[in-house]
Amino acid sequence: MPGFGAHQADTTTGQSAYYLWQGFSVVAAIIGAFVLALILYAVVAYRRKGDTIPKQTQYHVPLEIVYTVIPILIVIALFVATIVTENKVLAMPKTDVSINANAFQWGWGFTYDKQNAIAIGNTTESPVMVMPVDTDVKITLTSTDVVHGFYVRDFNFSRFALPGVTNQFTLHATKTGTYFGQCTQLCGLYHSIMFYKVKVVTPSEYQTWLSSFNTPEGKAAADAAKKVLKEQMSAHVPVKTEISRGAN
Amino acid sequence: MRVEAKILIWLGLFFGLMCAVYWTWSMENAGGVMMFFGMGLCLLPGSYYYWWSRRMGPRAEDDPNATQESGAGYIDAFPGSSIFPFTLGMGAFFVVLAMVFGSWMLIPGLGLVGWAALGGIAEGRRGGSR
Amino acid sequence: MTTTIDKAITESHGDDHGHGHAEHHGPRGILNWLTTTDHKIIGLSYTITSVIMLIIGGALAEVIRGQLANPNGKLVTMAQYNELFTMHGSIMIYLFAGPFAFGALANIIVPIQIGAPDMAFPRLNALSYWLYLTGAITMLLGFFVTGGAANFGWVGYAPLSDAIYSPGAGADLWIGGLLLTGFSAIFTGVNICATVFYLRAPGMTLFRMPIFTWNLLVVSILILLAFPVLTAGLIMLYCDRHLGTHIYTVVGGGSPVLWQHIFWFWGHPEVYILALPFFGMVTEIIPVFSRKPVFGYKGMVFATLTIAALSLGVWAHHMFTTGVVLLPFFSIMSLLIAVPTGIKIFNWIGSMWRGQIWFSAAMLFSIGFVVTFLIGGLTGVYLASPPLDFFTHDTYFIVAHFHSVVMALVLGAMGGLYYWGPKITGYMLNERIGKAQFWLLFIGTQLFTIPQYILGLQGMPRRMAIYPNDPQWQNLNTWSSVGAIMIGISTLLFVVNIVASWKKHPAGDNPWDGHTLEWFTTSPPPHHNFFRLPQIRSERPTWDHNHPEAKTLAHGKDAH
Repeated sequence: MPGFGAHQADTTTGQSAYYLWQGFSVVAAIIGAFVLALILYAVVAYRRKGDTIPKQTQYHVPLEIVYTVIPILIVIALFVATIVTENKVLAMPKTDVSINANAFQWGWGFTYDKQNAIAIGNTTESPVMVMPVDTDVKITLTSTDVVHGFYVRDFNFSRFALPGVTNQFTLHATKTGTYFGQCTQLCGLYHSIMFYKVKVVTPSEYQTWLSSFNTPEGKAAADAAKKVLKEQMSAHVPVKTEISRGAN
Repeated sequence: MRVEAKILIWLGLFFGLMCAVYWTWSMENAGGVMMFFGMGLCLLPGSYYYWWSRRMGPRAEDDPNATQESGAGYIDAFPGSSIFPFTLGMGAFFVVLAMVFGSWMLIPGLGLVGWAALGGIAEGRRGGSR
Repeated sequence: MTTTIDKAITESHGDDHGHGHAEHHGPRGILNWLTTTDHKIIGLSYTITSVIMLIIGGALAEVIRGQLANPNGKLVTMAQYNELFTMHGSIMIYLFAGPFAFGALANIIVPIQIGAPDMAFPRLNALSYWLYLTGAITMLLGFFVTGGAANFGWVGYAPLSDAIYSPGAGADLWIGGLLLTGFSAIFTGVNICATVFYLRAPGMTLFRMPIFTWNLLVVSILILLAFPVLTAGLIMLYCDRHLGTHIYTVVGGGSPVLWQHIFWFWGHPEVYILALPFFGMVTEIIPVFSRKPVFGYKGMVFATLTIAALSLGVWAHHMFTTGVVLLPFFSIMSLLIAVPTGIKIFNWIGSMWRGQIWFSAAMLFSIGFVVTFLIGGLTGVYLASPPLDFFTHDTYFIVAHFHSVVMALVLGAMGGLYYWGPKITGYMLNERIGKAQFWLLFIGTQLFTIPQYILGLQGMPRRMAIYPNDPQWQNLNTWSSVGAIMIGISTLLFVVNIVASWKKHPAGDNPWDGHTLEWFTTSPPPHHNFFRLPQIRSERPTWDHNHPEAKTLAHGKDAH
């Protein structure tokens, strides 16, 4: 089955979204082709030939009912498929790996719950968020200045970093690799270059990376970075504790 | 006026239903309040037209068999030309610019608005020029 | 048999204008324009001003496409780019599409379609125009102040638009311009609604009105529901910026997402306020050039009312990625809006079916509208599904979706201008240039939007001044820019057509064998629109008068 433009993502939830995309595309392609065919047929077959006045049909109730009811049924089917996928995408299973992503003008800071690790960067150098493959990773997304967008194309996912709201979602990567991320919600002057990377590694590599922050040099570097992040965050406004996961 | 009343009342009731479902399901107040007042904005004129439609005589435009003679006669006063829309517009312009460039602009702004308001009302009572 | 009547339209001085005199005793020259209350002159002023806005907004678009032709474009700085797309979007939506939809053709056509001598409140009508003109000037003044014009996107999300992050006067001018144009729209909404409710000719029941007028009636109700919300939100933004309030800021207990709720509660009905008039135009044109009545008149009315009703409950589909909205509710409501839109598309096809289709420029533009709106509308269905919106939101997929539907509206607008231009001005536009304009606009639109769908799915976000150095992205962007240039040339062709056709071929009363009441009067109509009126027994009074052998059936019981 073709992808219809989207691509098979590298997370489980991204893949669910991909399959939903394919389903919607099949429906859209069939309906679009059908309606276009009707239009093309009409403009070719009913070109003016002479001056006779054609039959002045004003309505046809059974036909009108058919093309009201069938779209409603299609819409309901699409909605059911949407809800099934949505529940998968928004699920928040319990996990130990918890990353705090903080967006600011114009960069990102990633800290790790119960760990010393930190990654922070801005427009001159993108930060790299490291996470383990085949593990549920909970991300807590905040911003303390303006609205930013956390978007990773290869995960088929994005979420706003909204001041005053603590957004949470889960990513479960299926392949190792380095993925490109950037800010998608207009946030001011350097919005176009607010990049970051997501590096998915094996669980053992992840543990190694985490423990590199427990050595004296690692700890010092982490503390310095945390100070920079704190300055970024407190220069603006405190984060409220309203937690949302994107579904009510 | 019955059809006009029905359109507005049905829209209002639909907004009320949508509001009830949305507000209780989401517990989100901004949307709930806005939909509630949307309902009100439809029910208010709608109920007014409904009340009137039961009291007024048939209008020529509601009569499917009306002839054009039935509409003959005076319709309304349509003011032919008036400087007051322009002056009121200019006044509003200066008031808005005062929000940006400083309150001194309120002097021409409110002045024009005041003149237009008084002049427009007087013109309306007089019947307006041709 | 025709029954006509001299409509004695008297002013309160008892002056007998019984014969609908074309003479107008009044001020001359520029003073005539400044004091006019004639809906036709006001509508023409709206048309000219909004087309000028279209050209200005289009020029900004060409600069944007010039910048995006290269990944590391150096045409403009990043700061200037933010101003460019903000003002392009703002001008196109607030200053062109809205005023053109409900101020320009609506003002001219609605009264003559229902047999009224003018709008219900002529001076309020004129005020609407002056508020629009001054609002447009106010917003454009932003380019001339320090700090430049507004640069936070046409949606002006808080906190980016508050005093800390956008301190300049350009932002305040943007707010001020929107306050003026907002009130202009509200007053027009009042006027159209009152005119349709109170000034119809005898026999013109609501269910005999043309679909264009029906759509504008519903648009006027939507304007009254939506625009005050935007106006209130803007005033609150101004208060946050200058009067020390904390409505949209977290500090002080406010909520930035509240701006989004308020803005989009207006913003979604707004897109239907923009679309429905053009739906109406096309619903007038297609039957006339197929020589058949509109198919499914009552279905069309029902679909318009359903779209209006649903449109108040879908606003947060623009906010799916915020994480704080009720996803299932907005998803099902947004998916449902596809149903009445589909009914309309099938009814347009039904109006052509088994007809005798004449491919005039107006008809070509209308068919082009239907095809383009089909594409844009189908991509909209994807966006009603939150999981799919999550990875398309704020990418070029969205940009392509809304440009598809908006360019469809432009195609419809051109159809309306070619169809009603002769009625308004009294002269025909050149059909050959019109057809050339159509092909350029239609093909240009597809070339402009289709690469952007692909770009969005490949991960290019919107509002980017520069983009990563990927050869395929540059290729797609270049094709999109070529499409934009074609659109620009087609707009220039329109101006060429106006110049080339100036006062060349008189139109006569009914050059298209039109169906509705406006084709019964002269081109242009006399001062109070009608010397005489025909008998009105269906939604096609002029057709019934001219083709008594092919009369339109009245609709069952005229819906009471």
